[in-house]
Amino acid sequence: MRLTNHGRLIAKNRPVHFTFNGKRMRGYRGDTLASALLANDQILLGRSFKYHRPRGLVASGAEEPNALVELGRGDRQEPNHRVTQVELIDGLVARSQNHWPSLEFDVGVINSKLSRFLPAGFYYKTFIQPRAFWKHVYEPIIRKSAGLGAAPETADDHSYEHFNITVDVLVIGGGISGLAATLAAARAGARVLLVEQTAAWGGRATVDQPRIDGQDAQDWIDDTLAALATMPNVTLRNRTQGAGVYDHGYALCNEQLTDHLTQSDGPRQRLWRVRAGQIITATGAIERPLSFAYNDVPGVLMASALRDYVVNYGVAVGERTVLVTNNDDAYRTAIALVDAGLSVPAVLDARAVAGGELVERARARGIRVETGKAIAAVQGGKRVTGVRVCDQVGDGTVTEEIACDCVAMSGGWSPVVHLWSHCGGKLIWDDTQAMFRPDPNRPPLGADGAGFVRAAGTANGHLYTAESVADGFAAGKQAARALGFDKKVGAVPQGDCAVEDPMEPVWLMPANASYDKRAKMWLDYQNDVKVTDVQLAAQEGFESVEHAKRYTTLGMATDQGKLSNINGLATLAASLDKAIPEVGTTTFRPPYTPLPLAAITGVARDHLFQPVRKTPIYDWHDDNGADFEPVGQWRRPYAYPRGSETVHDAVMREVTNTRENVGLLDASTLGKLIVKGPDAGKFLDMMYTNMMSNLAVGKCRYGLMCSENGFLIDDGVVARIDDDTWLCHTTTGGADRIHAHMEDWLQCEWWDWQVYVANVTEQYAQFAVVGPKARRLLQTIGGMTLTKDALPFMQWTEGRLGDFDARVFRISFSGELSYEVAVPASQGPAFWDALLAAGEPLGVMPYGTEALHIMRAEKGFIMIGDETDGTVIPQDLNLHWAISKKKTDFLGKRGQLRDHMQDPGRWKLVGLETLDGSVLADGAYAPEDGANANGQRRVQGRVTSTYHSPTLGRGIAMGLVRNGPNRMGEVITFTKEGGGTQDARIVDPVFYDKDGEKQNV
Amino acid sequence: MLILNCPYCGRDVDETDLHAGGEAHLKRFGPGSSDDEFEHYLFMRENPKGVHFERWRHVYGCGKWFLAARNTATLQVYGTYSAQTTEPPQHILDAIKEAQA
Amino acid sequence: MDTSAKRSLLKRYSAFAVAREAFRQHTGWTRAWGQAEPKSQYDVIVVGAGGHGLATAYYLGKNFGITNVAVLEKGWLGGGNTGRNTTIIRSNYLQDPSAAIYEKSRSLYETMSQDLNYNVMFSPRGVMMLAQTQHEIRGYQRTAHANSLQGVTTEWISPERVKELCPIMNIDGPRYPVLGALWQARGGTARHDAVAWGYARACADMGMDIIQQCEVTGVQTNGGKVTGVSTTRGDIKCNKLAMVVAGHASVLAQKAGFQLPIESVALQALVSEPIKPCMDVVVMANTVHGYLSQSDKGEMVIGGGTDGYNNYTQRGSFHHIEETVRALVETFPILGRLKMLRQWGGIVDVTGDRSPILSATPVEGVFVNCGWGTGGFKAIPGSGWAMAELVAKGHSPLTEEFTMHRFRHGKFIDESVAAGVAH
Repeated sequence: MRLTNHGRLIAKNRPVHFTFNGKRMRGYRGDTLASALLANDQILLGRSFKYHRPRGLVASGAEEPNALVELGRGDRQEPNHRVTQVELIDGLVARSQNHWPSLEFDVGVINSKLSRFLPAGFYYKTFIQPRAFWKHVYEPIIRKSAGLGAAPETADDHSYEHFNITVDVLVIGGGISGLAATLAAARAGARVLLVEQTAAWGGRATVDQPRIDGQDAQDWIDDTLAALATMPNVTLRNRTQGAGVYDHGYALCNEQLTDHLTQSDGPRQRLWRVRAGQIITATGAIERPLSFAYNDVPGVLMASALRDYVVNYGVAVGERTVLVTNNDDAYRTAIALVDAGLSVPAVLDARAVAGGELVERARARGIRVETGKAIAAVQGGKRVTGVRVCDQVGDGTVTEEIACDCVAMSGGWSPVVHLWSHCGGKLIWDDTQAMFRPDPNRPPLGADGAGFVRAAGTANGHLYTAESVADGFAAGKQAARALGFDKKVGAVPQGDCAVEDPMEPVWLMPANASYDKRAKMWLDYQNDVKVTDVQLAAQEGFESVEHAKRYTTLGMATDQGKLSNINGLATLAASLDKAIPEVGTTTFRPPYTPLPLAAITGVARDHLFQPVRKTPIYDWHDDNGADFEPVGQWRRPYAYPRGSETVHDAVMREVTNTRENVGLLDASTLGKLIVKGPDAGKFLDMMYTNMMSNLAVGKCRYGLMCSENGFLIDDGVVARIDDDTWLCHTTTGGADRIHAHMEDWLQCEWWDWQVYVANVTEQYAQFAVVGPKARRLLQTIGGMTLTKDALPFMQWTEGRLGDFDARVFRISFSGELSYEVAVPASQGPAFWDALLAAGEPLGVMPYGTEALHIMRAEKGFIMIGDETDGTVIPQDLNLHWAISKKKTDFLGKRGQLRDHMQDPGRWKLVGLETLDGSVLADGAYAPEDGANANGQRRVQGRVTSTYHSPTLGRGIAMGLVRNGPNRMGEVITFTKEGGGTQDARIVDPVFYDKDGEKQNV
Repeated sequence: MLILNCPYCGRDVDETDLHAGGEAHLKRFGPGSSDDEFEHYLFMRENPKGVHFERWRHVYGCGKWFLAARNTATLQVYGTYSAQTTEPPQHILDAIKEAQA
Repeated sequence: MDTSAKRSLLKRYSAFAVAREAFRQHTGWTRAWGQAEPKSQYDVIVVGAGGHGLATAYYLGKNFGITNVAVLEKGWLGGGNTGRNTTIIRSNYLQDPSAAIYEKSRSLYETMSQDLNYNVMFSPRGVMMLAQTQHEIRGYQRTAHANSLQGVTTEWISPERVKELCPIMNIDGPRYPVLGALWQARGGTARHDAVAWGYARACADMGMDIIQQCEVTGVQTNGGKVTGVSTTRGDIKCNKLAMVVAGHASVLAQKAGFQLPIESVALQALVSEPIKPCMDVVVMANTVHGYLSQSDKGEMVIGGGTDGYNNYTQRGSFHHIEETVRALVETFPILGRLKMLRQWGGIVDVTGDRSPILSATPVEGVFVNCGWGTGGFKAIPGSGWAMAELVAKGHSPLTEEFTMHRFRHGKFIDESVAAGVAH
């Protein structure tokens, strides 16, 4: 219900309309969805995960476990939003989740009636028989009833962005301690980024209004913000959550940019990727629930949350609120309620004595304070109707019943230590305040071995204003000093607030509650973990906190146990008769609250998903119908289908045309490495299996590269450019890899050799002009003489070709007369056009990678990645001719001497042709008789590449076969896709132009 | 997300600009070495939980390889140094000793 | 024998037992595994109470009758990679030795719940490995052929079938269209913690000691043969020692005086918030480095690649998470509107060929099981089965090729050859 004259954050002159489950409701600008729902008396907001119990709001911030809704429609529908963190805007559409058929009537609630049959871990003990039932019966039912919101059906329509920033000090949390920390660090001279997850600055102090430096807290906050805004070394960001802290000062902050706006065009969220010298976590504290029976009935909520709703938004949960507490702070809620004209029939204080300043203030307002009292049970189903009162000491004998429609509870406070802990910060147990707080002696350590995170304020265990604001200021100063900023920071802000009596830990209410009561005390609201569940875990030996958590699912819900962890730990510790610190905590992992995957993705999606590498004539390919295939980051034309032609038909046409006329291939992606220097020849002799130092200037040689393990890793043609310069061609995928490989050996092994390597792959457009009419085509363009005598096979030359600066290599990967022409990248498109124009009368056609593969296979040339797979050595491929016998050493030589590499039984390269002309299956294996010790069929070979050859009009293949070269003519059997077998004859792998006459014309 | 100082650039460099290259100071064994030596060189690794001498390349930067002494249990970096050394230099060993004192 | 059989009958888990306990406030449940004090001597000590270690102990008892066994754990059982992985189970490996041990493992998963009397929720919902390049097509087709001869049931499926099995996938690219997939219908997932707990309970039932909070600080030998271990809870003698400690294998090997051909790196994973069921298969996409399934709770479980540097911190670098998430949002556009609930890391040990080591060692009586890299969970039962045989008999056909010295002979078991396959 909405209170008149209350609500410091709402603008009552700006009404806002929204819907919840289709029901039209009204709120104000400044409301959260949570406060607006309360204003509309919508107390029931969701259903719990396991028992589908009715649930309402428990909290007012990021820790809310119950009130999760689905927001938006269509392309913007999103499940699992916490209503406490949603700023209300006009036209907002919210729906509750995890119920069927409706929120009011959910059949899943039957689980609640059966809860005694569903204790912690029950599914490990049941659904075991019969075997097939898990997958087909039990699991589908469990899956259907689990899960919270519905899965979205389309991609997100919003945009997201990333922002990188380096700062000296990152302060997370814009409450009074975070502000004080920022002020001190900034005055000292550090560059500071301060982030606050909500829209408003000042944290809890704005609700409780203590005094700082003689002012009301709000005034101090306003003044401080104004001062910070004028400092050029300070960046302030509200609606920005510190999500995670990572090694060496890396942090993620996520900024909400548009969700609070009705109209907006820009990105929805901005993920700040921060590198900070020091990080201050001023993340506040979270109030803990109390464990009493039926503490999950809608209308039971945290005392501080209720205070937030009343003070900030002018809304209340009910008319009559019973407050139950173990500390003084909660009395602020009772006072706020009474001051707002609401009724507080009683404060039940579990402590034997309560006499602090706040308690006295409450008494002075006529509020009935009962000490030593507890709640025996909450009454009501979908809404609180009253409480049964008992003594805290004892088993819960009811002394009184009080009618009420709201229960506010407070079990003390827990510092938010998540961000302190993400990167290894340790905690200590504070017995007085019954909480874990950061251990200043064991912070997360940075690259220099020193701590780089400091906790400040309430997050550091300082719950009172004076200590909190001073601690924040000190943290800011120390962080700046640690980074060498030593300007004066001025006086420490002086805070002032009520003096409180000590709290008294209460982990079970009443202290000797019976099993039936404990079975109705919720620890984890969302996952439905109760006190008895944790006790059962302990009873069954799940003593480690990690075991208990995983066995019961405590703290594993979307709130990650922000409310439940400490209560669960205390329950476990009591069950094991251990002290809480002995039991320890589970590990805190990023993010602090769930982080949208779209925010992590940023702009890197769709066409920006990964960079595309483009050759100089990529656009021509695209414009001319190329069917692309990804090759590394490149997209290369696979073929160029024309009209209604299939891709396969296009490939066949391209092969035939190249063999009969002339074809063009964009070979620009091939790696081009310049290796230069007095020791370049010596170096290349180590890199390649064959000799490169003795290659004559002007000549080309095919070379093989192996890893130190002996495996073949790359191949390509090497050209000697001048006395101390070689140009090494690599495979498309190999360019960067082989360049790095060379640098590695040069820098880390042979660092005294005088060699320089440059990767010039993208500086050239390189085209293969291939086919019987290739020379005629180039001669049409004119310039260089490219006759057989002027440029023999395996030589290169350079000069002008028409209007172009060209380097021409007479090399062939297809067995045809072939030139590879490199021109500067900028001349690539014009040169390509010139080739097409000159070739038109000759029937020139471009061809793609698949035609290239077929033509090389017809010639029996190996392909890295097909014939090799990382386990093949050159000897397997009968490439002994390319392995120098003269050299004492090259990379891979020692590796190839190992006994398995020398095994005569290794599979060797052969050609394969089917008896019926059909195509062997890709990747087919050749089984032989018998099975190995593990019952697997023995094999004797496999297909490495297989194609339909349009030139030969039948299937051709290469493969590796045991003892293959000695079995020419033998027919062996291969597997077929989908079953069956196919026979093939072992033949010479050179299927076409065995004598190599065509390439040498 | 580590930061290492590239000794060539003199700059603190983000891990995303670097490429990790495994254990440093391995002595290469080529033809003529024993099976033991070759196996040790190419495969056996210290893999310590503690101080690790390792190779890094400033791949999206100057392109140089360098070496680092880094703790694999705490991620503390004791120092970085030239790749053209066969053993850790004294100032690195001193830094490690000092940090562990 | 009689009494223990009777005891375990009373302790049997079933719906009936749960119902019985429901009416007496669940007071009848006893400890799933005992709280053992170390004895002075065991026939076999297994170091490491993760899935692999517990499974090793279990099959030592079940298959070889060796029950004087202690499983030592420095932390809490199942607290390492067993409880940190993305729970994928498959056996569609290329190389014979891999396919043999992973298929053995997968088949043991089929009956594990009944065998252990503990519901490990093995869900053979099917695993598909997407081909998004021509190279991957050939690699996976090759694997399908190899599998057909290895007794592993897999098939190559079309993009249309992929879409049918996983409607939320965008198979049309734009950058990496799905060109098909290798499909293993009987692959799937299981509940990781339950696997460790189920084995632990079964081991304890056989009278074995599972000793948590007990770190091995030294390995004692005499004349090159193991005699026992020193621990934080005193010295314990043994005839044989099995080291099954995943990421920490090098550290333990060093204590026994030898090195291993492995390095330890961080592998990260994450889960989204739970949503209603939208995906009933496991998808692995290696071109973009990511894998994905939906847990029974409704969370999308996502795994990615490893860091490049040696690391024992169980934390990794966020840019790997970014890469993985980007890749999966590209392939599954609806994921963009889900939120990352939690990310974490585990320490995996990686060998020179990315395949595991199950091997005798230079110290007589010491056996090592490590190097599972990113793929250990699926191997738990098979690894335990094989390791038990190796420890009990000194050899096993399943472990024969996985020796620690295979690299010395150049005898790799390289799975990355198929298509850069992540495990």
